Amino acid sequence: MPYDHHDHDHNHTEPPSDLELRVKALESLLLEKGLVNADALNTIIDTYETKVGPRNGAHVVAKAWIDGDFKKALIEDAGAAVAALGYAGRQGEQLQAVENTPETHNLVVCTLCSCYPWTVLGLPPAWYKSAPYRSRAVSEPRSVIKEFGTELDPNIKIRVWDSTSELRYLVLPMQPVGTENWSEDQLSALVSRNSMIGVELAKNPEGAN
Amino acid sequence: MNGGHDLGGRHGLGTIAPEAEDREPVFHAEWERRVFALTLATGMLGKWNIDESRFARERQHPATYLQNSYYENWLEGLEKLLVEKDLLAADELLSQKVSGAGAAPELRIPDAEAALKILRSGGPSAIESEASPLFNIGDRVTARKQYSSGHSRAPSYVQGSIGTVIRHHGCHFYPDEASQGRTVGEHLYTVLFTNQSLWGKTEENAEVCIDLWQPYLSTAPEESC
Repeated sequence: MPYDHHDHDHNHTEPPSDLELRVKALESLLLEKGLVNADALNTIIDTYETKVGPRNGAHVVAKAWIDGDFKKALIEDAGAAVAALGYAGRQGEQLQAVENTPETHNLVVCTLCSCYPWTVLGLPPAWYKSAPYRSRAVSEPRSVIKEFGTELDPNIKIRVWDSTSELRYLVLPMQPVGTENWSEDQLSALVSRNSMIGVELAKNPEGAN
Repeated sequence: MNGGHDLGGRHGLGTIAPEAEDREPVFHAEWERRVFALTLATGMLGKWNIDESRFARERQHPATYLQNSYYENWLEGLEKLLVEKDLLAADELLSQKVSGAGAAPELRIPDAEAALKILRSGGPSAIESEASPLFNIGDRVTARKQYSSGHSRAPSYVQGSIGTVIRHHGCHFYPDEASQGRTVGEHLYTVLFTNQSLWGKTEENAEVCIDLWQPYLSTAPEESC
């Protein structure tokens, strides 16, 4: 079972599960038939495991906080603005940046599958792809973000973006108060992946370490 | 189709229980890595598009879809597509032994360099069209009711509700046709729905923006007051 958790260390040898065997068999078939290239498989994994991830998005957000022209370009055409920083590619072709303001907080979900802006955030976390998040984010967003420890003033409107098309949404969180003279690098450390999905806010300066 | 994947607004699916961001690995098991890479690599053969890929995952018993972990649903969809597109024979999958022919000579199998190039360039879904849009920004629209066993990207929770067009994105590949392997462009809009319109009484001060293609929409009736 996929959720069969053990608390002890996995030093002992367990037989592979049916699922592991099924995947191994499929990969062997595809390799043997020449339908996939082994190096390509490893490159694909390495790209999303070590290269493309939420640090890209944090860079984008920090730059938008300190550079008004870049922020304007980001809101107007996020795809082009992030491509100029070198973050173009699969699942980010039509990127939209949605900006949090004192009146409106944005939250992103894909109720039908798991659409997510790979170019700036990498692959989605397990909870984003889970049935509880996909079912509840559209109907009870306040209770959803509360499970991430985020409580918003009732006067702040929550605007949820359900990613039903190939447009991909990146939340531009509000810059924390007291960071006005911070550098781009310092600021990007305050930008969590979760704040760019909208389930959290950017970190406060005192929590940055 | 309103299958197990059509989750918006469903009750009873539990709490979210997120893993801590700084501790969650990208993949939770080696087999997940392999399923992810096999799905992307075979997708690069150009035998199916993203909507066919989604439709293959959706065509499962809802109980199975919900019981499966995320990458199990990917695996299910991938095996289905490989057989439907004649890249694998059903008995090869069953016996786990190659019996049929290998890759057709005209298929271009991306190596590492080609794969990287494809990942970096992506594949835009906007498409040129001569047709002018039926709706303008600010128009009140109804999300049409539709009962179809085919693939659609109009979630059931929005159907029948009235919203306002807030953005127009030009024409994009229309999923209902694309999932059948046909290339048709339709105008795409972002439509804003109040929580009241979608759910009646629920959490206050919230709204949902949904990207909807023109065939999913009709002009809303005049407001009566």
